[in-house]
Amino acid sequence: MLDSAVSIFTAGRNMARLMEGLWITLEISAVSVALSMIFGIAVGLLMTSRHRFWKIATRLYLETVRVIPILVLLFLFYYTLSRNWGINLNSVVVAVLVFTLWGTAEMADLVRGAITSMPNHQRESGRAIGLTEAQINRYIIIPQAVRRLIPGVINLTTRMIKTTPFVFFINVPELTKVGQQIVEVAGMKNYMASFWVYGFIFFLYFIICWPISKLSLHLESKWQN
Amino acid sequence: MYDCAAKGREFFHQGEADLDSAFVIEYAPMFARAAVLTVSLAAAGIVLAVILGLACALIRYFKVPVLRRVAGFYIEVSRNTPLMIQLFFLYYGLTRIGILLEGVTCAIVGLAFLGGGYMAEAFRAGLEAVSRNQIETGLSIGLSRRQLIRYVMLPQAFAVAIPAISANTIFLMKETSVFSIIALPDLVYVAKDLLKEGHSGETNLMLVVSYLMIILPVSIIFSLLERRVRRAGFSG
Amino acid sequence: MPCRTVLNIIDLHKRYGQLEVLHGVSLEVKKGQVLVVVGPSGCGKSTLLRCINGLEPIDSGNIELNGGSITDGKTRWNLVRQKIGMVFQSYDLFPHMTVMENILLGPLKAQGRNRAEVEHEAEELLERVGLLDRRDSWPGQLSGGQKQRVAIVRALCMQPEIMLFDEVTASLDPEMVREVLDVMLELARRGMTMIIVTHEMAFAKAVADRVIFMDAGVIVESAPPDQFFENPASERARKFLNIFQFTGVTKEEQTDEKNGSN
Repeated sequence: MLDSAVSIFTAGRNMARLMEGLWITLEISAVSVALSMIFGIAVGLLMTSRHRFWKIATRLYLETVRVIPILVLLFLFYYTLSRNWGINLNSVVVAVLVFTLWGTAEMADLVRGAITSMPNHQRESGRAIGLTEAQINRYIIIPQAVRRLIPGVINLTTRMIKTTPFVFFINVPELTKVGQQIVEVAGMKNYMASFWVYGFIFFLYFIICWPISKLSLHLESKWQN
Repeated sequence: MYDCAAKGREFFHQGEADLDSAFVIEYAPMFARAAVLTVSLAAAGIVLAVILGLACALIRYFKVPVLRRVAGFYIEVSRNTPLMIQLFFLYYGLTRIGILLEGVTCAIVGLAFLGGGYMAEAFRAGLEAVSRNQIETGLSIGLSRRQLIRYVMLPQAFAVAIPAISANTIFLMKETSVFSIIALPDLVYVAKDLLKEGHSGETNLMLVVSYLMIILPVSIIFSLLERRVRRAGFSG
Repeated sequence: MPCRTVLNIIDLHKRYGQLEVLHGVSLEVKKGQVLVVVGPSGCGKSTLLRCINGLEPIDSGNIELNGGSITDGKTRWNLVRQKIGMVFQSYDLFPHMTVMENILLGPLKAQGRNRAEVEHEAEELLERVGLLDRRDSWPGQLSGGQKQRVAIVRALCMQPEIMLFDEVTASLDPEMVREVLDVMLELARRGMTMIIVTHEMAFAKAVADRVIFMDAGVIVESAPPDQFFENPASERARKFLNIFQFTGVTKEEQTDEKNGSN
């Protein structure tokens, strides 16, 4: 049985192709997370603003993106935008766009949470020892907010990685797509192909996501008190 | 000078003009049937996920020997792998070693497997939030362990876990969108075929509306529930 | 006066790791007797109550309830606890149940008693503590003192042989302490057997049949309240009681002492 595994992964460029697929998966995740962090902080600050308009607008954005499945968003951008409105987008760009749209909403909510959960007395005790508002933000609020934020951001990263298989549906040659192609070809001769290839991809996702979520958990418990 | 406004108008007009109501009417029943399938699979999977998650959380909370390790391992695996890959492996991989799951079973098992890990974490947090004082008070009025769990710990754990259960439920409902990869005629399956033939505006509109009709009510019910629980002052 | 022995503790030892919290405690409580246990924090008085109720396993010694050992390892604690009512410092009502549901939970589920009968009894008890009108309130709507009174009713409704009170007024606002102590005084007058751990010395003096003074895990003194408060036998008890005295202390003296010690 193990022979069948060895023969698949050593045949042709199979292993190399899987790794290329993995690279695309990680690339999409990394770029989307980076962009989500930048936009998410801005939108998150807007969410805590006192203006009614911004509060409602950002809330609406967050809820909409949260309720619609990512796959549907991908279809929307890939088919409707590119075909109907004549904007031709590369499928990888669509993937990054949609993931960023979603990630920004999640990130913004994390930022909002980190800021609003800050007890009021933190700011007040800053004032009591005579700090300016800017100093209070610089030395008291931001360092604490960042600590509250980081585990959530790391968590978002694993969620991003675990969502990447969706781009299979818009034909991005990422890990899952490559896996499927290999199974299609090798499966004709090798009965165990689907077991080994999908099992391997399963394992890959696990060994990438597991350490990251452990890190997030570790930081969370370390910074809780 | 390049006329942005005109270009923009044209842009939107095109989108609008494309909406073909005959197409929508023709295919709406197909979407409705697919939606029923999506809802049934989601409901079955999520109910099983809640049961599985609760069982795992209790096993871990009470540190049941051996089983706690199994539960811990399962939770890590289910939370750190994507549903799509789990389904690919369950449906196409396991048949090769003699485990044959048909599409519907596979979808439900997959969703329950994924959701169980998330629900377990939600319940774990809930159980841990039940204070020692509450447990000792329950013991001091002579409740047995089983009664303590049922009347004191679970109601409080549920109340604390509701926001997380709500988020997980919505997450799982959205995850059902991948079921077409194991050849189930769900909403995406229907849409995928139509998208390839053009009419993407109408198709995507029906797809979005279908999902909103499924997920929005659940989201609203949960937020009402959350508000009620919060008002009852459980958290304190 | 006191006749039958309800609770008998013989040479009780309890340790947390290296630390010995109870170092051979023996104590007898007769029916209708009110015992007040006082002593500095960490002297083991709360642990003593928790051992009686099986919340802490003991290391050696014996505890007998109505003549039968409850620490022989065969105890079904949920049955024993039905005969021992306990009220804690943290007035922990179950937040997901109304006042009445809180009270009924034990009698109905643990004891399997008849609902109508228990409800009637609960109403009578609520009436006695002045909270009948709050029977359908949620714990979140009650003050600390009210919650603690409900907690007492909840324990009483189990028809216990003995009641244990573990610093029940320690986390209450000062103005609510009295209403809870009054309930306990009334209980004592009606002949309930009680062990009370408290820091309220005036109350201890008023309610106790016997005062137990504990320090460092042992019973240092056991005396009637008048004798204990007026003329404690041991130096340790005298020192402890002095903490509560401000007679003869002035602002200047205190400042001097402070400066002196620095």
